[in-house]
Amino acid sequence: MNTVVQLCYFVAAVLFILGLKGMSSPRTARKGIVWAGIGMVLATVATFFHPDLHHAVNYLLIILAIAVSGGLAWWSGKRVPMTDMPQMVALYNGMGGGAAAAIGAVELFKAVSQIGATSAQQLAAQKDLGLEQVEQFAAGHSHVGSLLGADHAVLGISGALIGAVAFSGSLVAWAKLDGRLHRNQLLPAQQLVNLGVFVATVLFAILSYYTDGSAVIIVFFVLALVFGVFMAIPIGGADMPVVISLFNALTGLAVGFEGYLLGNPAMIIAGTVVGAAGSLLTQLMAKAMNRPLTNVLFSGFGTATADAG
Amino acid sequence: MIEGLIALWIFMLAAFTGYEVISRVPVILHTPLMSGSNFVHGIVLVGAMVALGEASGATEQLIGFIAVILAAGNAVGGYVVTERMLEMFKTKDEQNKKGGQE
Repeated sequence: MNTVVQLCYFVAAVLFILGLKGMSSPRTARKGIVWAGIGMVLATVATFFHPDLHHAVNYLLIILAIAVSGGLAWWSGKRVPMTDMPQMVALYNGMGGGAAAAIGAVELFKAVSQIGATSAQQLAAQKDLGLEQVEQFAAGHSHVGSLLGADHAVLGISGALIGAVAFSGSLVAWAKLDGRLHRNQLLPAQQLVNLGVFVATVLFAILSYYTDGSAVIIVFFVLALVFGVFMAIPIGGADMPVVISLFNALTGLAVGFEGYLLGNPAMIIAGTVVGAAGSLLTQLMAKAMNRPLTNVLFSGFGTATADAG
Repeated sequence: MIEGLIALWIFMLAAFTGYEVISRVPVILHTPLMSGSNFVHGIVLVGAMVALGEASGATEQLIGFIAVILAAGNAVGGYVVTERMLEMFKTKDEQNKKGGQE
């Protein structure tokens, strides 16, 4: 059964690439989205037969969540006026980033609970094993990084960081375009504050690798979310489409990284393709506005007070 | 299953694919394509389903549930919005057909 699931993922990945290719030309654009849609339905249905899924309650929760959220998204997407499309893209993109971050959170918390479980097992096993063996075993399971393996932990934490930033940043972009948020600057010397928050976020990302408790991980997620807000707040409304495209690329990257953590090739391929395509698209959009990307991202910092006045 | 170097190859090839697939895209398609790629990373739904499906304990279930809620919104909303944007790119045949019926 698992082979069938993996084959479905493979076909879905092919359909995504063909769909994006189609969407890059006006003549084939409408076929492109349909192909990608078929790929998405195929991958979603196949996942219900994924061998890692268990507990009837979890199946029910999955169906409930897809029905409620999918229904709401369908309804809101259908009735939003054409001129409000960019902020809807920002909203849905932010949700994707948040989902990637949440997947990272589930896996990190699961790793932490396994560390607790293994240390209890060690105590029980101490009678039978020599002290040296117990120490070896404990060294292999003492923190998140050693339990998940360095590659999985690094990409999982990075994906969670990028996803959380894309989540809160996209929500700010949505609020600005939807006319719910007008302030261009939150704090004095926003640029310095942003740098400080960014450094703290990266620090706690590294600490999350070496931690064996959940407190550090929670602080890490809060900091990443705050950084996303601070990053998007100084950027002016007219530049928002470029910034949404950037967050779109970041979400793609986060999805690719979490796909590696879960061992899911469809997520790796689709996420990385979007990450690369989105990066290029961001550059093209900035170029179409006749200004370099760095200008879009950082120009708001110095001029924000002047704009407000 | 997909470990270390193999995954690195996949990352590399997928990145080049993404770059190649949308090079030379006309300006008029920038926003629909952004929306379309936004839909494609809705595949995160699959990962969210697995994360919730293998969850044990209330905390993991709660975060997993949030993950599926967010991911389903991304996938469904992304599709609907992209589809509506691309409505404007109907081919001449389709437009003529519609015009003939009216």
